[in-house]
Amino acid sequence: MDLVTPSIGLIFWTTLAFVVLLVLLRKFAWKPILTAVNEREETISNAMNAAEEAKKEMANLTASNERLLNEAREERDALMKEAREMKAEIVAKAKEEAQGEGEKMIANAKATIEMERKSAIADLKNQVAALSIDIAEKVVKGTLTGDDKQKALVNELVEEVNLN
Amino acid sequence: MFKKTSLLTIVFAVSILFAKSSAPAVSENNSETKKSESYNPVPMIMHHIADAHEIHFWGEGENSVSIPLPIILWTNNGLVSFMNSEFHHDDEGHHVVEKKGMKFAKAHGKIYYANENADSHGSYISHDEKGHSQNAKPLDFSITKSVVGIFVTMIILLLVFTSVARSYKTNGGIPKKLTGWMEPLVVFVRDDIAKENIGEAKYKKFVPFLLSIFFFILVLNILGLTPLGFNVTGNIAVTLVLALVSLFVTLKSANKNYWGHIFNPPVPAALKPIMIPIEIVGIFTKPFALMIRLFANITAGHIVILSLISLIFVAQAGSGTGMAWSVSPAAFALTLFIFVLEVLVAFLQAYIFTLLTALFVGMSVEEHH
Repeated sequence: MDLVTPSIGLIFWTTLAFVVLLVLLRKFAWKPILTAVNEREETISNAMNAAEEAKKEMANLTASNERLLNEAREERDALMKEAREMKAEIVAKAKEEAQGEGEKMIANAKATIEMERKSAIADLKNQVAALSIDIAEKVVKGTLTGDDKQKALVNELVEEVNLN
Repeated sequence: MFKKTSLLTIVFAVSILFAKSSAPAVSENNSETKKSESYNPVPMIMHHIADAHEIHFWGEGENSVSIPLPIILWTNNGLVSFMNSEFHHDDEGHHVVEKKGMKFAKAHGKIYYANENADSHGSYISHDEKGHSQNAKPLDFSITKSVVGIFVTMIILLLVFTSVARSYKTNGGIPKKLTGWMEPLVVFVRDDIAKENIGEAKYKKFVPFLLSIFFFILVLNILGLTPLGFNVTGNIAVTLVLALVSLFVTLKSANKNYWGHIFNPPVPAALKPIMIPIEIVGIFTKPFALMIRLFANITAGHIVILSLISLIFVAQAGSGTGMAWSVSPAAFALTLFIFVLEVLVAFLQAYIFTLLTALFVGMSVEEHH
């Protein structure tokens, strides 16, 4: 069976040729080819990643713009609300104060009026007394001897006539 | 694709022409002398399948047209070398070549130490009853047809892939022309053979080896389909070496886990005496199957194609030239069909050999899990 009997010469040459081929191809063909293919694959995947990143960045940017705008809007609204509240508060306070002041002034005026009235009445009493005495003196000047008794009597009368 | 097939058809048609011009010489001689004798295609087929010391184109005997190849012998007296043409196309031990005081004769493509005197048939080689040569043989390290085929393959691979490697530099990493054709194959071997079977972590180291063995087998397979008459991957010595290389790489990269599976398989203790020998035998059956598969597939393809072509000459020897002409179209169509199938087989066998090698390497580097 020549067909299935390996010949030593061919074994030798095949081994030698394959080993040499393997060494040469590894160095001069497979290494540069695989390196080039790998590099290109890496470049492509990097580029795609970068594009994806950029897309995300854009989305982020848009989102953050939107957020900033919303924030600004909210802040404005808050400020306006605050201002309105402050205004209302000030007005209310002013009103309250004005009212208090007015009441105080009215009270003061009333007190002053009362005092004035009292003093006027006292004054009036004195003058009425003096006048009454004068009148009575003139009326009863001859009829009455003792001046003091009569005076005391008159005062007593005047006290009773206390004007209200 | 169409271009390729049509090219192969032309190549094939030319190969038929060669076959035609070489085979009828025998059949015509036979039909002239003994009209009834049928044409036996076996010697022609076996002659083609076997390795030779020449690249034979056409013609028989003294009229052969062939390229003689150098014969290199390691003899009892050291290295001897001469051209095959010194045998004058003799392949039956009739012609003796004398070198360094030793006599050599050639029979059936093999070189023997010649006898002092020729026998009754004029042969300087003695045969036993079964026709086997009994003479001693020097170790034959000749540059045979298959060795030439291997050298041609080496040159093709080196030229193609160094130019592919260069093209990346000149084209800025963009595959163009030849590179565009080769890169998918390279990436296929890397991703679908190496990465798939060895694993993401360890495949890188083996890619150059797998690529080399894949393209080596592929180009040799395709070379076998050309009309030059090479049958390199259909030679058991070549597939033996390739299988041994595969075994060597597998065992060299084998880790503890792999050896553990062989010498301490995870089976009940009672089964170990059975399992361990099976596992040890398994180390060698895998490359053995690789060797036989490639050899048998390629050789079978060659035998089928040559048999179908021989149908024409069988018909001629049996029923005359008219019959040969009427058989030709059917034989041609069948041959064409098988030939196209063989193109597929050329790729398939290169793929299977590489795939299984990657699988075995993958098993030997697999980590325990």
